[in-house]
Amino acid sequence: MRLDVLNRGYGPGTKLLFAFIRLGSGQPVPDAARLVFYRPDFYGFRAKEFTHEAMRGPSAWSVGDRELMAAYVSQANKCAFCIGAHTATARQAYQDEPRVAAVLADLESAPIEDGLRATLRMLGKLTREGKVDSGDMREVLSAGVSRQQVEDALAVCATFNTTNRLADAFGFEMLGPEGFEAGAKHLLKRGYR
Amino acid sequence: MHRTVLTEDKKRAAYRALQDRILDGEGRASPEQRARAFSNTGLSPPLDGLVGKVALRPTQVTDADFAAARAAGFSEEELFELVICAAVGQSTRLYDAGLAALADAVAGEEDG
Repeated sequence: MRLDVLNRGYGPGTKLLFAFIRLGSGQPVPDAARLVFYRPDFYGFRAKEFTHEAMRGPSAWSVGDRELMAAYVSQANKCAFCIGAHTATARQAYQDEPRVAAVLADLESAPIEDGLRATLRMLGKLTREGKVDSGDMREVLSAGVSRQQVEDALAVCATFNTTNRLADAFGFEMLGPEGFEAGAKHLLKRGYR
Repeated sequence: MHRTVLTEDKKRAAYRALQDRILDGEGRASPEQRARAFSNTGLSPPLDGLVGKVALRPTQVTDADFAAARAAGFSEEELFELVICAAVGQSTRLYDAGLAALADAVAGEEDG
């Protein structure tokens, strides 16, 4: 990563934990995980809490839907690391690779529910253009999405707009397919806390 | 400064806790610098370049942006904090824009 403290500034306890993770997964510790262990009282503790609440807390959206939103927002931000990580997690959550691939290739023709499509369309616009209006929201609501579901989707969007920026600014190292699959397995088993 | 202030559910409360910590809690960068990075306003070169990219064009951040900020006297610890503030600040503006548009749409439906 671009800051040396994020590569080397960890105490003995955290280094030991990283060694256990490497041993358990057979993969290097992803930079997304390393970041939240660095001075966690500044960012990591609260970022993990919010992300876990948004991605795994109570919601009418399934875990697969929320991981797909994460992948879609990451694609709107062109964040390669997060696209890889959350495409893998959405695929595993849904147990449906073609569904995820279709959404990322062309949202409008993908075989998904209208409410999810309208929500992803709105999140993409908000992420790319920095704004949406009440007309955009009415389209989502009229596709059968509840107000609470829109709020839940906006929380996912906020999480990944932060993470995408940190991934690209700090320069998270890309993982291979095995690394992303191992990370996805961990995120589905343990969540983000 | 622009912070999330609408009625809160648990998700928004968790977001607010993060936002309050990075802006108001103990840090190596001053609260004023963190607030400027968060709002992406009022920073001097070269930090304004790095922070502006984090907020609006994050894929264009380069090693040179960090090198320029270090050469201007910012420590790694300060840059860690300021980059986080810039990222969370832009996300907050998006989050609040979405919530405000939603509130407008729901109010319009209730009026109609």
